[in-house]
Amino acid sequence: MEQLSKYGVTPLDGAKKKSGEKFNLMEKVFLGLSVDQYIAQVLRNKFNWILAAILAVGVPFILYRFLFGLGAVTHSSNDYPWGLFLGFGLFCMVPLSASGFMLGTTCELFGRHDFEPIERLALLNGLLGYFFAVVYLLVDLGQPWRLAYPMVYAWGPAAVLFLVGWHVATYLSVQVAEVSVAFFEWIGWPHAKAFIRKGVVGLTVSGIILSTLHQGALGALFTYAPGKVHPLWYSAEFQWIHFFTSSIFGGLCMVICVSTIVMMTMSWRCDDRFKEALPDLTIKLGKGAAMALITYLVIKLIAVAHDNEWVYLATGWGAWYIFELLAGVVAPLVILSYGIRNKQVWIVRIGAFGAVIFGILLNRLNTALIAFNWKLYQEIPHISEIIIAITIFAIYVGTYRFILNRLPILYQWNEEPAKAEETVAVPASPEQGQEEIPARA
Amino acid sequence: MSKVSRRKFLAGSLAGGAAVVAAPAKKALAAGNFSGFPDGMGVLVDLTRCVGCRSCEAACNKEQNLPKPAVPFDDTSVFDLTFHHGTQKRRPDENAYTVVNRYEPEGMDKPTYRKMQCMHCNEPSCLTSCFVKAYTKTDEGAVVYDEHVCVGCRTCMVACPHNIPAYAYSKVINPVVKKCIFCYDTRVSQGKPPACVDICPAQVMTFGKRKDLLKLAKARIKRNPEKYQTEIYGEETVGGSAWMYISGAPLDEVGCDTSLPKEPIISNVKGFLGVVPMVLSIWPALFTGFHLLATKNKDHHDSHHAEGEE
Repeated sequence: MEQLSKYGVTPLDGAKKKSGEKFNLMEKVFLGLSVDQYIAQVLRNKFNWILAAILAVGVPFILYRFLFGLGAVTHSSNDYPWGLFLGFGLFCMVPLSASGFMLGTTCELFGRHDFEPIERLALLNGLLGYFFAVVYLLVDLGQPWRLAYPMVYAWGPAAVLFLVGWHVATYLSVQVAEVSVAFFEWIGWPHAKAFIRKGVVGLTVSGIILSTLHQGALGALFTYAPGKVHPLWYSAEFQWIHFFTSSIFGGLCMVICVSTIVMMTMSWRCDDRFKEALPDLTIKLGKGAAMALITYLVIKLIAVAHDNEWVYLATGWGAWYIFELLAGVVAPLVILSYGIRNKQVWIVRIGAFGAVIFGILLNRLNTALIAFNWKLYQEIPHISEIIIAITIFAIYVGTYRFILNRLPILYQWNEEPAKAEETVAVPASPEQGQEEIPARA
Repeated sequence: MSKVSRRKFLAGSLAGGAAVVAAPAKKALAAGNFSGFPDGMGVLVDLTRCVGCRSCEAACNKEQNLPKPAVPFDDTSVFDLTFHHGTQKRRPDENAYTVVNRYEPEGMDKPTYRKMQCMHCNEPSCLTSCFVKAYTKTDEGAVVYDEHVCVGCRTCMVACPHNIPAYAYSKVINPVVKKCIFCYDTRVSQGKPPACVDICPAQVMTFGKRKDLLKLAKARIKRNPEKYQTEIYGEETVGGSAWMYISGAPLDEVGCDTSLPKEPIISNVKGFLGVVPMVLSIWPALFTGFHLLATKNKDHHDSHHAEGEE
């Protein structure tokens, strides 16, 4: 795409061609390029080749899992019922998708319109994260075709997982509605968009309720296993608050990470509004993440004190726990604070990557797999399990990119064609227009 | 406004009085823990008597129509098997609902054998963690499950403190959770002892009402205090269970997890479950209130209306 833009080809970013004619659906799907141009740029992009290679290896493994059962691709462990599919796919993807409700709340409930350039990216990040968490779940469930049983057929309302199931299902619908605004703009259904916008406060509030409960519920699932999860990672009273609070910095930092990757790899798709707002927004998001991190650190320590588990800190597990807290919470906190104080966007980004990798990924893998069954033995996931987990992640990245390329997430949709390429895009709405002018002045 | 008539007042007082009378009963029902049905059955396992003949394993296999094992049941070499770099002994799985393991506790001249199977807890964590309510605790004390609703999430396996439920990983079309069901369908529901108890040549196991078994266990320990450990495993462990063990060797040296809490597993989860209705009822007003507070006089609504109407 970058090469094409050198020749003056611009990607589709509005409803109409320069001639004033409307694009049809196929043209929109092909980004306004001719079919030859589109295929040529797909083939030119090396990342597509990497994705294709991963899929070529991994998709047969996924088929193999469904043809020959879970036992064929995992260790069939009765002691570790949840492997990488849930340990990574569900427990890591969900907190990293808290961005949707965080930014939805900021923009729609608190009326902070300055966050709007990144709101849609955060919403999409939330939707896709949840969707693929469910995909991981479907691969892991013994009988995925029974997924709807707790909704319609056999209710176990006293179980934490019942809550998770219902909340993830309803929250997915809420997120589909939230992201559909961008889709309706793209496909050209203004009435549908207006309909959703009317209910946006209701949708956002339900988003907060559902997120609070099921982010917490994922933590509460482990309170069923007091003898299995290592005491340092276990807290009957605070487990749900740990998971909920960490999802706040997890979601915010994930948006910083994704926006960084997008700026570096897809800058052709980002409009000037996004590009100009991003450094400032990154620092603002970093501030939010830093506050969540310090809160999380305090309540993690409170949990150790509450159950009087200090003695465990002197063991090997304690060293591992301290490493997790240092690398995943304290270090990102220090780095973020430094970056915020000195307005160093890249420092903030590094802090955000640290919080995502060590604060969320390591913590969830520790709780679900590494410090799980600490009295029994360590299990290293089966190689096929790792391949399938990576393959689904590649499908996630591919889908993410496919949508970002098309829907007005990183750019604003123009109902009328822009006059000249390099000038300010015509604002999509009067309200956003008003905001743009002082920003540029 | 409306006057309370004498009759209405009396009726109201009566209703109020009835409510007060009914309240203690209700309170008892709502008490935190459930310690099993009064006439629930159980099994007392006396580990000092077990010789490790594995006939209980064979009886279970036959009664439950399980596949034939690779090693015959009279072969005691299975006691030498270890798994995961020698750290683990055998455990129940989809093809064996009960297994016997051999332990060599320090200072004992002969090994102790322990049969393991579902403990049939009074307040089972598998039951309380199941989101499709597949599990039932029957009046007879058995914990049984309905495999027609099992989705295969395996939360019960995570929740079970005794590591008992196993998953039929080898099945492609219909994998479900598998565990000992106390021979409920074929025996215990008709008042007969389970197959393993019936066949035992050494009278290791006693089948009876749980409350009677507790008395029996205490009597045996009292009569022979030098032979037995004082604790009864399963009396109070995670809320108590239908199956209970008494042992000569320290319980933690024969594969019993003595670090388990006394309270049922669900008591760890109740805190969160109590939060749920609060969040559901408080959050809507709280956050809609925040919205109104934050956006008053900031033409937030107007801007969205304008956006919606374009």
